[in-house]
Amino acid sequence: MANKQPNVPLLQMSGIEKSFPGVRALSGVSLKLHKGEVLALMGENGAGKSTLIKTLGGAHQPDAGTICIDGQPVKLSSPTAAIQAGIGVIYQEFNLIPALTAWENIFLGREKSGVFVARKEERRKAAELFRSLGVDIPLDVPCRQLSVAQQQLVEIAKALSQDVNILVMDEPSAALVPQEVEKLFAIIRDLQKRGIGIVYISHRLDEIFEIANTITVLRDGKYVGDAPATEMTRQKMIEMMVGRSIENEFPKQATQRGDVRLSVDGLSRGTSARNVSFDVRRGEVLGLTGLMGAGRTETARLIFGADKLEAGTISLDGKTLNIRSPQDAIKAGICLLTEDRKTQGLVLCRSVRENFGLPNLKELSTAGIVNKPKEREAFGRYVDSLSIRIPFQEQLAKNLSGGNQQKVVLAKWLQQNAEVLIFDEPTRGIDVGAKHEIYQLINQLAANGKAIIMISSELPEVIGMSDRILVMHEGRVTGEITDMSSVTQEQIMELAIG
Amino acid sequence: MDATAPKTQLGKNLFNDYGMVFVLLLLVVVLSALTLKEQSPEGEEAGRIVAERIIAEQGANVSVMVVAESTPVDEAFVRGAVAALETAGATIAGSVNGKPTDARVAIEKALAEGKTIDAVAATGDTVEWTIYDRFDGIGSDKCVSPVPYTWPTFAKLDNLLSVANQTAIYAIIAIGMTMVIITAGIDLSVGSLVALASVTAAIAIRDFGGGENASMAMMLAGCTAGIIVCGLAGLFNGAMITRFGIPPFIATLAMMMMAKGLSLRLAVGESISEVPDSFKWIGGGTTLGLPNPVILMIVLYAVAHFVMSSTIFGRYVYAVGGNAEAARLSGVAVKPVTLTVYTLCGALAGLGGIVQSSKLGTGDPKLGLMYELDVIAAVVVGGTSLMGGEGRIFGTLIGAFIIAVIKNGMNLMDVGSYDQQIVLGAVVLVAVLVDTIKRKGGRG
Repeated sequence: MANKQPNVPLLQMSGIEKSFPGVRALSGVSLKLHKGEVLALMGENGAGKSTLIKTLGGAHQPDAGTICIDGQPVKLSSPTAAIQAGIGVIYQEFNLIPALTAWENIFLGREKSGVFVARKEERRKAAELFRSLGVDIPLDVPCRQLSVAQQQLVEIAKALSQDVNILVMDEPSAALVPQEVEKLFAIIRDLQKRGIGIVYISHRLDEIFEIANTITVLRDGKYVGDAPATEMTRQKMIEMMVGRSIENEFPKQATQRGDVRLSVDGLSRGTSARNVSFDVRRGEVLGLTGLMGAGRTETARLIFGADKLEAGTISLDGKTLNIRSPQDAIKAGICLLTEDRKTQGLVLCRSVRENFGLPNLKELSTAGIVNKPKEREAFGRYVDSLSIRIPFQEQLAKNLSGGNQQKVVLAKWLQQNAEVLIFDEPTRGIDVGAKHEIYQLINQLAANGKAIIMISSELPEVIGMSDRILVMHEGRVTGEITDMSSVTQEQIMELAIG
Repeated sequence: MDATAPKTQLGKNLFNDYGMVFVLLLLVVVLSALTLKEQSPEGEEAGRIVAERIIAEQGANVSVMVVAESTPVDEAFVRGAVAALETAGATIAGSVNGKPTDARVAIEKALAEGKTIDAVAATGDTVEWTIYDRFDGIGSDKCVSPVPYTWPTFAKLDNLLSVANQTAIYAIIAIGMTMVIITAGIDLSVGSLVALASVTAAIAIRDFGGGENASMAMMLAGCTAGIIVCGLAGLFNGAMITRFGIPPFIATLAMMMMAKGLSLRLAVGESISEVPDSFKWIGGGTTLGLPNPVILMIVLYAVAHFVMSSTIFGRYVYAVGGNAEAARLSGVAVKPVTLTVYTLCGALAGLGGIVQSSKLGTGDPKLGLMYELDVIAAVVVGGTSLMGGEGRIFGTLIGAFIIAVIKNGMNLMDVGSYDQQIVLGAVVLVAVLVDTIKRKGGRG
């Protein structure tokens, strides 16, 4: 792309300032995007990336600074204005109507005909879009029945269906498995050829080096620097983002593995889990991976009692458990950190202290009355030890960055002192610094003799952090990898494809 | 996060928590200013003061005629004046509670009996009467009345107490409604449950408790029956919602219709007045100078606030409303919590019905009409979000009072009932608008 860069950038943001009550989200941030360029916007959570792209999408108005498209200053006063200016933004949080089908969502608000919707036409166009993306999405089911990854693909298709010159993607790959990421990249390269400029945000560093032409790094709302991707190294980028150097991305520590703690035998539920059996030992981190819809999350939910078990037994330390609800699982000492923090992990409109207390209230109260000083003190310990960045304990959960939210969820389960911890995508959408802290925590828990199941789609993470790997495909366990010294991503993918 | 974050956040929270209190105080100030008027002291105290003034001016050796109208406060005026005059050793030439003609007759009678009248102790109203000048030697210059003072009609103690008394029933029902709305639900059946409780209690007392001669225990048992029936109706609502996933709006709409019909059927469409006098004490009596419904309201709000802010149950209610799935996955028994909330809401509506019924002294199937709307309005004005997960018990109390104070103010200023409805509708709209804007203003 560098060979034919025009002088006038497609998009130029300069001196962007934005403050929220009590928080300076952006101070003097500048950014330049050329035609056909993929610009990776990097930074930890809370660095200001989300605010910056919301400014681009017309969702936030900057307090100061200018935005120019093709050299012309523009005012992006609303999301509609942004789309008219040729900017499409795919946010990390889905903007789909759960009750509508994929194609209805894609054309929502842009229906062609007067009174009646041109159903056939729209449905055909949507099918075409999905075909060009090379994905297979059921067209006629409500979006709520689609998986997280499928919904993400609908979002991408929706943005592509609007004729945009600039496409902003906030963590588009977060919910995708490697194969799908490859497809996404193919699409992005195709868009590049058409002259579309792309702002790409991801926490997966490998992806950045694969797809980006330029890398711009933000930290604490400030511009840190930018460089062509070819001149950037992984180490250097992490240092720029974190502001200090991180020695080892996956700080796996060897632990002493003991007796079998959790043992599941023949877990079954419909097509999502078919006769799943495995053991997890004391001090062991079991990596559970597979493609989207392979039944990993479903298996975890069955163990946790979130869904009803059709067949199979679960036992802990040799004792068979009768788990009918999450309450039973928690009582037995099993915790689940769900993959979707916002819809399943946290009550966003309540304070972080209350969220922390939720599963722990019985231990923190006398005769049904919550001992608030005790609760504050208990939570305070985790605020310190997990370095959760909050101004005070009454802060609402929704006002926290992804990493801090994940730490609050962690804190509430750590307080339970459970014997079995199931982490479902523990580092999804979390910045490098916080990821590292979570890995260290997993190490520490394993060292304390806990049994850990780590579900992840990120193969480097699975390989880097597990003692043993289980691969699933279409609800079945298709392989087990015990030799962690020689395992490769290709080996796992082969098992995952089935 | 810079250092100012906690401070501004705290300021914001302070406004969120107490913003509605400021609105209420502002309303009180404005209404006080608008209803500022020359007032005449009334009652026993006023009578005593007038008597003392007469003694001070003319000595203890006077013969006094006391003239007042036949209202309870004026009867107290006469009592006070007569008692004070007798204590001081003055002669009572006569005392009147009635109309000008009654006063004329009394004065004529006293004069005919040969009594002298050195002074007339009159109230602010009776001093204006012209009859005194018809008699030689009396004249209006001999009348002594309380010194008028300027005070807002709105802020007079009896007006304030009557506002509180009228609000109490809505406020009591609104406690349950607040909990329901915090769980992201709604209960449209509370108005009908007011009628159901009223009718059930009255029938129980009439048919099983001995009617007008019912003992205290039987009367209370009847009232409890009314509350229990409504609690069961609430439980039924909750069961439909949690067990079958019927939307709260529909489930409680159905209950609203069924309970209405049931109360009319039970009472055969008529009011039931075979209740003992003790029944009327609940809603009509006073304790320590405060109307009983007001005391009941204060106690219930204190308990409800404690439950919602300091107990596990309260915490669960907020969590269920904020994110039921996250709550479930955190080990909260979502369905039992929801069931309990609807049951409580039904029982509190029943209690409201008993109080209202007791105030009127009858069981009436037509009570509680449209109460659900006033109650929901109070909750919403009080800052509870219909999205669930947010809201405060005391906010609802403030909301109920804001509505009641506006209603009362409009009555005092002679605003017509049609216009009142327009204003109240606008108030609800503004409250929700402010809440929505506030929500959008925040980050995320």
